[in-house]
Amino acid sequence: MTTRRSILKTALAAGALSVWDAPIRLAFANVPTDKRFVVVILRGALDGLAAVPPHGDPDYKSVRGALALDKTGTNALHDLDGHFGLHPALINMKAMWDAKELAVFHNISSPYRDRSHFDGQNVLETGGTGPHVLSDGWLNRALMPLGLANGESALAVASTPPLMLAGSSKATSWMPEVMPEPDKAFLSRVRSLYAQDPVLQSALDRALETEAQADAAMDDKPKNASDMAKGYGAYGDLTPLFKGAGKLLAGEEGPRVAVFDVSGWDTHVNEGAGDGQLARRLRALDQGLDAFKASLGPTWDKTAIVMATEFGRTVKPNGNGGTDHGTAGAAFLLGGAVQGGVVKAEWVGLEPAALQDGRDQPPRTDQRALFKAALTDHMGVSRRDLEGSVFPDSGAIGPLSGLFRA
Amino acid sequence: MWLPFKGLTRKSQAEAFMSLEGAIAAHRFGLGARPGEIEAASGSPRTWLMGQLDSAPPQPQPLEGQPFQSSAALVPEVLQYRKMSADQKKLLEVFKAYLQLYVREMGARFALGFTTDKPFAERLVWFWTNHFTVSAQNPRDIMFAGAFEREAIRPNINGRFEDLLLAVVRHPAMLLYLDNAQSLGPDSMAGLVTGKGLNENLGRELMELHTLGVDGGYTQADVIAMAKLLTGWSLDASGSGTGFQYYPARHEPGPIVLRGKTYPGGEEGGIAAIKDLAHDPATARHIARKFAVHFIADNPSSASVERLQKNFLQSGGDLRALAEAAVNDPAAWQPDSGKMRSPVEYVTASMRLVGWPRTTLADDKDKQVKGIMAATRLMGEFPLAAPSPKGWPDQSDAWSGPDAVLNRIEWARELGNRLPNGFDAVAVGESGLGPLLRPATRAAMSKAASSGEAIALLLASPEFQRR
Repeated sequence: MTTRRSILKTALAAGALSVWDAPIRLAFANVPTDKRFVVVILRGALDGLAAVPPHGDPDYKSVRGALALDKTGTNALHDLDGHFGLHPALINMKAMWDAKELAVFHNISSPYRDRSHFDGQNVLETGGTGPHVLSDGWLNRALMPLGLANGESALAVASTPPLMLAGSSKATSWMPEVMPEPDKAFLSRVRSLYAQDPVLQSALDRALETEAQADAAMDDKPKNASDMAKGYGAYGDLTPLFKGAGKLLAGEEGPRVAVFDVSGWDTHVNEGAGDGQLARRLRALDQGLDAFKASLGPTWDKTAIVMATEFGRTVKPNGNGGTDHGTAGAAFLLGGAVQGGVVKAEWVGLEPAALQDGRDQPPRTDQRALFKAALTDHMGVSRRDLEGSVFPDSGAIGPLSGLFRA
Repeated sequence: MWLPFKGLTRKSQAEAFMSLEGAIAAHRFGLGARPGEIEAASGSPRTWLMGQLDSAPPQPQPLEGQPFQSSAALVPEVLQYRKMSADQKKLLEVFKAYLQLYVREMGARFALGFTTDKPFAERLVWFWTNHFTVSAQNPRDIMFAGAFEREAIRPNINGRFEDLLLAVVRHPAMLLYLDNAQSLGPDSMAGLVTGKGLNENLGRELMELHTLGVDGGYTQADVIAMAKLLTGWSLDASGSGTGFQYYPARHEPGPIVLRGKTYPGGEEGGIAAIKDLAHDPATARHIARKFAVHFIADNPSSASVERLQKNFLQSGGDLRALAEAAVNDPAAWQPDSGKMRSPVEYVTASMRLVGWPRTTLADDKDKQVKGIMAATRLMGEFPLAAPSPKGWPDQSDAWSGPDAVLNRIEWARELGNRLPNGFDAVAVGESGLGPLLRPATRAAMSKAASSGEAIALLLASPEFQRR
C-alpha cells in the first residue's frame, strides 16, 4: 500500500516536485552551520538543591532535613568535586561529567525575582528583563543572525512551539505521530483550501516537511497509540521523544536548533530524596539524555545542550515534604562540544543570612550569561547581535567563558 | 447502524432561513452547530443564547449500572488508598478503577458536548472549569476531576463569582491539587505537635490565577498570609456532606493581615478574605480579560475588556450578567474573529456537525471515548488534565503548531472515512456552517471523491477550524 510517507520519501529522493514540497525544499540550501544547539526547558521549577546537592556545605544536612541525600548506601549521591554532587538518579549525566561533557551551574536564575511559574517561564523563554517585556522567544530571535530562519532549521519537540522558539522567524514542530495517514490527493486539496490562510498553510507545509524527514530518519518509532501514550506521557518515559528528535537532528540537512519542553518538576508535596517522585522524574530525564546521545551518533560531538528552569525552590522543605517556589537554582550544559567537568557557582552557603529573602537560593549568575555563551562561543552569533536583537538590555551580562572545546 | 444526515437535502433560501448572526451564535458562543441549530438561532440569536442560561446547565449522564461517585464518597476511599502504599498490587488495581472512572466521566462529558441543546451553557462550564484548573495529570486528582466540574462548576456558572470561588476552593479536588489539604498553621495545635507547616501553593494560585491576576497587587507576605488563612481547610473523611471540612486544630491562630486588611482567625477569616478577593477591581479586570479572550478575540479591544470589567464590578460578580455583556458586545459579532477552536472544541464541533446520535460514548471497553481523548491529546489538549494550574491556553497560536494542525487534518480525514457513503455532503456543510461556509470550501467539497472526503475537507477548512 502506498502511504503518504512513502510518497513523500520518494518525492524527496528523486527531487520530484509535488504541490507542497517545492517551496520548502529550497529552504535547505546553504544551512550555515553544522553545530547543534538544544535547549531543554525544565518547566515547573526544578529543585536545584535536589539535582545538584551541595553535600560539602556544613549546613546542607540540617537545612534540607528529610530531603538531604545520603553520601553512602543504595541511593548515594554522585560526588563531583568534593563539594557538589549529582542526584543518585543522574547516572548517565555522571558519566558525561566524567567524560568532561557536563558543566553544572548553581545559584543561577533569570532576572525574575517573584515566584509565579507563568511569569517566571515567560522571562526564561522571552529572555526579557521582566515578565511580558518581550513577546517573542530569545531562541527565535537568534535564528535570524544564525541564518536559520527558514522554517525547517529550528525544531520544537512539541505539538506547538513553546514561547522560547515562537516569534517572527519560522520554526517547525514534531512529535512521534500515530494518526492514520491521509492520502496525498486529500492533503493537496486541503492545502489549496488554505491558500488565503497563511497561518494554517505554513503550519501544514512545515509539518509535512518535518514528517518526511522524520520518516526518512526513523524506522523504529512507536507504532500505535498505546506505545505512544507510554512514550511521552507527562510523567512517563522520555526516551522515545529524545531518541526520535536525536535522529532528526543527526540528519545532514536536519534542524540545527531544537527545544524540548519537559514538565513535572513542581514538587510541592512528597518530593522524596534518593528515591521518590522527583527521583523518578530525574531518572526519566537522565535516560532521555542518554538515548539522545546515542541517536545523535557522531553529531553528539557538535552538540551543546542547555537545561534550564524558571526558578529554583525553597531551601528548606515546606510543611508537606516538598518545596515551594524559590529564586535561584541549578542549570546544566552538556554535549560533546562542551568543555565540562566544572561546577560554576558563587557559593555563599545556606545560612539564612546568605539566602534570598531568608529562604531561597541567592541569584548570583544570570541565566542569560549561559545562553549567551552557547549562542556566541558555540553557534557563532556575534556579540553585537547578542546585545542587540537577541537579549536586548542585557549589556551588563557578559557571556560565561571557557565552556566549549576549541 | 447509525445513518447520519438521513433525509437531509439542500434547501432553497426561502425554506432555510439562516442568518450570519445565527451562525456566529452557534459557532462562537456555542459548540458548533448541530443539524438545524443555525436555523433555530437565526431568528433572535441573543435571545437564543441567553435562554440557555435560565436554569442550571445539564449534568452529564452516567451509564446504567456505572454511576459516578460523589467527592464526599470518594474522599474516605482515597485517604484509605493513600495508606495502602505497601501493597503495590492492590494499589495498582485501585488506580486502574479510578482511571476508568475518569475516562467514563470524560465520556459522558464529551457526549453531552456532542448533543446538548444548551451549547452556550456548556461553553461557560468549560471556560470556568479551565479557569479553576484541577488536573487529572496529577494522580491524586484523577478520580476527582469529573466530580469537580459536576459539583463545583456546573451549579454555579449562572450565579455569583464569589459562590463559584468558594465552591471551588472548598472542593476536595482543588484542596488536593494545590496541596492545601495538608497545609498546617505552623503555630496551630497540629503544627506544633507534628512539626509540619504551611504549604503556599493554593494561597498563591488563588490570588495569581483565580482572582487578582499576577499583577493584581500582592506580595510574597500576602501569599503566606493567604496560605495561613486557608489552613485547616481540608477533607472530610466521614463520607458525608460535600467532602470539605474545616479543622480548627490545624488553623493558624490569631488575626492575619492580608493586603493591608486584618482578618479574624478561624474559618470565617478565610471566607471573608476570599469574598474580598472576589470583589476586588483587579479580579474584575483579570476575569474580564480572560472572558474577552475566550469569547471575542485573541487580542480583544480595551473597550471590550473595560465593558466586561465594569459589568463584573457593578453586578457584584453576577456571572449570568457577565455572559450577557459578552453577548451584547458588538465586537463579538464580527465575522472572522480568527480564533482557532481548541482540540476539545474542534472534536466536539465535528461530532455536532455530523449529528452524533447518542447521548453516551460508551461501549464495553470505553474504546470510543479513549479514541476521542487520544485524538485531542495528539492535537495538544487532554481534557481536564492541563499541565499546570494555569489551565489550557486560550489563544489561537497554542493550537496552530505544524504538528497539531496536521493531526487535526488527519483526524478529520479519519472521521470522514468512517461515515457511510451516499449522502449529500454539501447539504451538511450548508446546514452546519450556514453563511460561514466559504465558496472555495463548497467548491472543493463538490469535487471530492466521496461524501466522506467532502466532510473531511469541510472539517479541515479554515472556517471550521475557527470559531
